[in-house]
Amino acid sequence: MKPSNFDYVKPKTLEETLTLLGDGGRDSVVLAGGQSLMPTLNMRLSAPDLLVDINGLDELSGVKLEGNQIRIGALTRHVEVENSSVIAENCPLIALAMPHIAHPAIRNRGTFGGSIALADPAAELPACICALGAKIEIVGPGGDRKIVAKDFFKDLYETDLKDGEIVTAVEIPVTSSKTKIAFDELSRRHGDYAMAGLAVNAIMEGKKIENISICFFAISATPVLAEGAAGILNNGILDDDSLGKAIQQLESDLDPLPDLYASRALKMHYAKELLKRNLESWMS
Amino acid sequence: MVDSNGLSIHDRPNSYIGRSVPRPNLSRLLKGRGSYADDVKLPRMVHVAFLRSPLAHADIVKIETDKASSASGVIAVYNGKDLAKVCSPWVGVVTHLEGMRSPPQNLLAVDRVRWQGEPVVAVVAQTRALAEDAIELIEVKYKELPLAVDMKTALDDDTEVIHKEYENNLCWERNVNAGDVDAAFAEADVIVEEEFQFGRHTGVTLESRSIVADYDPGEEMLTLYQSTQAPHMKQALFAKHLELDEHKIRIICRDVGGAFGLKAHAYGDEFATAAISKILGRPVKFVADRMESFLADIHARDHVVKGKIGVSKAGKILAIEIDDLTGIGPYSVYPRSSGMEVNQICNLTGGPYKFDNYRARGRVVFQNKPPMCQYRAVGHPIAITVTEGLVEMAASAIDMESIEMRKLNMVADDDYPNKTVSGIPLENLSHQASTDKLMEMVNYKEIRDEQKKLRKEGIYRGVGFAALIEVTNPGPAFYGVGGAPISAQDGCSVKLDAKGNLIVGTSITEQGQGAESVISQVVATAVGITPDKIKVISGDTENTPYGGGTWASRGTGIGGEAAAKAGKVIRDNVLDVAGILLQSEPNTLDIQNNQVVNKSDGAERMSVAEISRVVYYRGDTLPKDFQAEMMAVQHYFPKSYPFAFTNSVHCCHLEVDVNTGFIKLLKHWAVEDCGTVINPQNVDDQVRGGVVQGIGGALYEECIYNEQGQLLNGNLADYLVPMAVELPDIVVGHVESKTFESDLGAKGAGEAGTAGAPAAIMNALNDALMPFDVRLTRQPFTPQKVLEALGKL
Repeated sequence: MKPSNFDYVKPKTLEETLTLLGDGGRDSVVLAGGQSLMPTLNMRLSAPDLLVDINGLDELSGVKLEGNQIRIGALTRHVEVENSSVIAENCPLIALAMPHIAHPAIRNRGTFGGSIALADPAAELPACICALGAKIEIVGPGGDRKIVAKDFFKDLYETDLKDGEIVTAVEIPVTSSKTKIAFDELSRRHGDYAMAGLAVNAIMEGKKIENISICFFAISATPVLAEGAAGILNNGILDDDSLGKAIQQLESDLDPLPDLYASRALKMHYAKELLKRNLESWMS
Repeated sequence: MVDSNGLSIHDRPNSYIGRSVPRPNLSRLLKGRGSYADDVKLPRMVHVAFLRSPLAHADIVKIETDKASSASGVIAVYNGKDLAKVCSPWVGVVTHLEGMRSPPQNLLAVDRVRWQGEPVVAVVAQTRALAEDAIELIEVKYKELPLAVDMKTALDDDTEVIHKEYENNLCWERNVNAGDVDAAFAEADVIVEEEFQFGRHTGVTLESRSIVADYDPGEEMLTLYQSTQAPHMKQALFAKHLELDEHKIRIICRDVGGAFGLKAHAYGDEFATAAISKILGRPVKFVADRMESFLADIHARDHVVKGKIGVSKAGKILAIEIDDLTGIGPYSVYPRSSGMEVNQICNLTGGPYKFDNYRARGRVVFQNKPPMCQYRAVGHPIAITVTEGLVEMAASAIDMESIEMRKLNMVADDDYPNKTVSGIPLENLSHQASTDKLMEMVNYKEIRDEQKKLRKEGIYRGVGFAALIEVTNPGPAFYGVGGAPISAQDGCSVKLDAKGNLIVGTSITEQGQGAESVISQVVATAVGITPDKIKVISGDTENTPYGGGTWASRGTGIGGEAAAKAGKVIRDNVLDVAGILLQSEPNTLDIQNNQVVNKSDGAERMSVAEISRVVYYRGDTLPKDFQAEMMAVQHYFPKSYPFAFTNSVHCCHLEVDVNTGFIKLLKHWAVEDCGTVINPQNVDDQVRGGVVQGIGGALYEECIYNEQGQLLNGNLADYLVPMAVELPDIVVGHVESKTFESDLGAKGAGEAGTAGAPAAIMNALNDALMPFDVRLTRQPFTPQKVLEALGKL
């Protein structure tokens, strides 16, 4: 378990970073927290010839409240997000998800942007930002752009990032007084990747759901917004009847992929169970 | 050994027996000063890495190594044929398992690979990373062969036969027949049958297998720094297969980060490392990485057992029958063989109970998976799960509390010595006292009341029991009679230095369980010296007496007794000197807290350090006809019984989420009887650690294979070991029924936890799910299996 040889550069500016990544002749990869990259290098599952270490780019780090948006820099460590009062007050869904991300040692190094850019299908944050309608800020050779989270995740570990581009931040709308959220995951051991997970973000007026986003993770190749189920619940009263229909709708909304420990049927069962137990708790 | 006053080691004035003396090596380990084989760095040392077979069964058509040989930093490249010239193949058969067969096995595959992960080519380079780079340049052309992966079909006519010299894939079959089983079943009021499955899992030691081999051509001497648990056995094996004199091989086994049985076997990659050092005449290091550990360490369990029990209406066990099948990979593992687990299952099933009719068949088959061999609690979890699962089902069928049925059938505590149904002698056990003690610890009635109440709220909790016998302190009957060079005896040397300290050498090994602290406590007690003045040396074939090492729960019972005997000799020898110097009869003196004292009133007469000074520097002041001997070596092995059986009883309390299939362990209790408890904290921790490994097998751990014999979860993200957060409180209680074979009376405590936990968990799980009328018997009990049983998928 020793990596193949690679070159290593630690640029001081974003501009320099983009120049390095833009060199088409090299198979380069961004090193942020390294919590997923280093094991894949050691296991020789990937063998890039250049590691561009962005840990010197201080401007990519930090949580800021900007008007009605929270901006989380790509290099912000999980632990910082977990301990952030700005997040706790303005984005409780993310705050709720943080303790589920692996173990403290990993959260000390792992980064918010790294989790987004890697796009692990069982990761918590991609699902949360999809449910929250967040936008991902990207910088690349062609300039800056923003993309809505749900359009960013394309397939298994595949995103909308083009060659030479990097994620610089995520913009999340702040919560309102009518916001109702839920986060839940089923994992056999604390800190493991989930067998199935759910992030929900809704605007509610009493028992009436004005708008709801239901996003599952560890079900398919990417985070999945259950749009059919959301459609059933939107603009209606949340009760046993509407919830039952929404749960039933998951059969059409989701196309689970089995893994080592969970068949397709189990994944579907878990998706329904997660939606049921979390939305039922809103009714009581 | 009782002295002239009728006193034994248990009557010593300053006894450390039964006290939780802190381990002598703790401070060193906690300060990061542990020294493992991988910490050894020698001048001119090089590293070896192995290209392993990606296929489970294939002919090797061609191995192309030219590019690798000329790669940066590469020193040499060897294939199986190259190394076969230096190290002879071995055969993993012991003769006392009659009829067992297994063909010669080479260090690296020759002509054919038979499991995914079998080493094929060894690359030696300046660094491990360069060796791994070069491995990527090797091209091996394979021709795939049909496979025998599933043990259930391994004996079918149309299944590929892995070894052409045999007519089928059978390695060994054992049959036991006691009493008249058919007549007993015919008489039984109730007969219950079930099939039990046990997943293949592995040891997952924190420190992976590691070795540094250093051959010195000048002295024709091979020094091996190895992470092992049987140094003298390894010495014998390396000598035999590398054709070296045994006294020219030194095994140094420094700190070991867990062994659990998996470091007691011969591995091709480790022998290749030694062979290469002999060829190159320089030190070579091999440290298995985590990925290759999953493919190359021995695996364990992997059984399917059909079980049947017949009982009377009153709950008496009339007969038990089992039919066990296990797959052991393509070879029986050397030198202990892969037949022992089945052997144990045949021996141990029904162990706690008195009944007369028993039939067992055990079949061991070859298959294209990694070799399977002895891992902590060999065979026990299987025999116990089958027995206790059947007992639980039978009790339920006749509507009897299962714990009452157990008590009714247990061999009574005053009915020893006794024998198991298959004739294995049992010396002194305490099933009744242990069960009574367990029931005092478990609030059984409260748990049952709560269970009823919670069921109405949709919360499903269950409670399950498991009683067991455990094999410990094995004598020569275990391996020696079968021709394996595995010593059943152990030795201890005790040397008094010139300042009154003791340097102790033991042939048992320390792999994290506290063996050195046990030896220190026993010697401290036997001599009368405080533990701070004792240094224990283990794991060095040149500096310790000859012995077996630490495995099969034998370290304390056998190595500890040798230490007690050696300590007694030193005490007597010191008192002989003291008698002369003090003009007293030696038998009126004793040693207490480093001082020679009067036996009668405990008055201090002189220090042991002063006696050391006189003996070593002023021998001229002693009589001419007297020679002081300040070093003693004693050895021990149990002679009257082939094993010292212990007993234990477990209880598990758990909760099942019937919507997710998740099992939450609420609490686990274990009462175990290992005879004399030398160090209560060490014993408790042995039981707890054992329970955790039992939990692993019952709920989490399984090497998952596809039909091509490919391991699908060979990493610690996908192979689940139990973690602290998910573990319940594990409460340990003791009953102490000494073995009368030794002064100490200690038996082993290393495996009872692993042995009993899976059965208790299975019974608790099925108890929890009683309202649904379902039963799970296939370990590990994953959420998928629970929900399938509940019909929710």
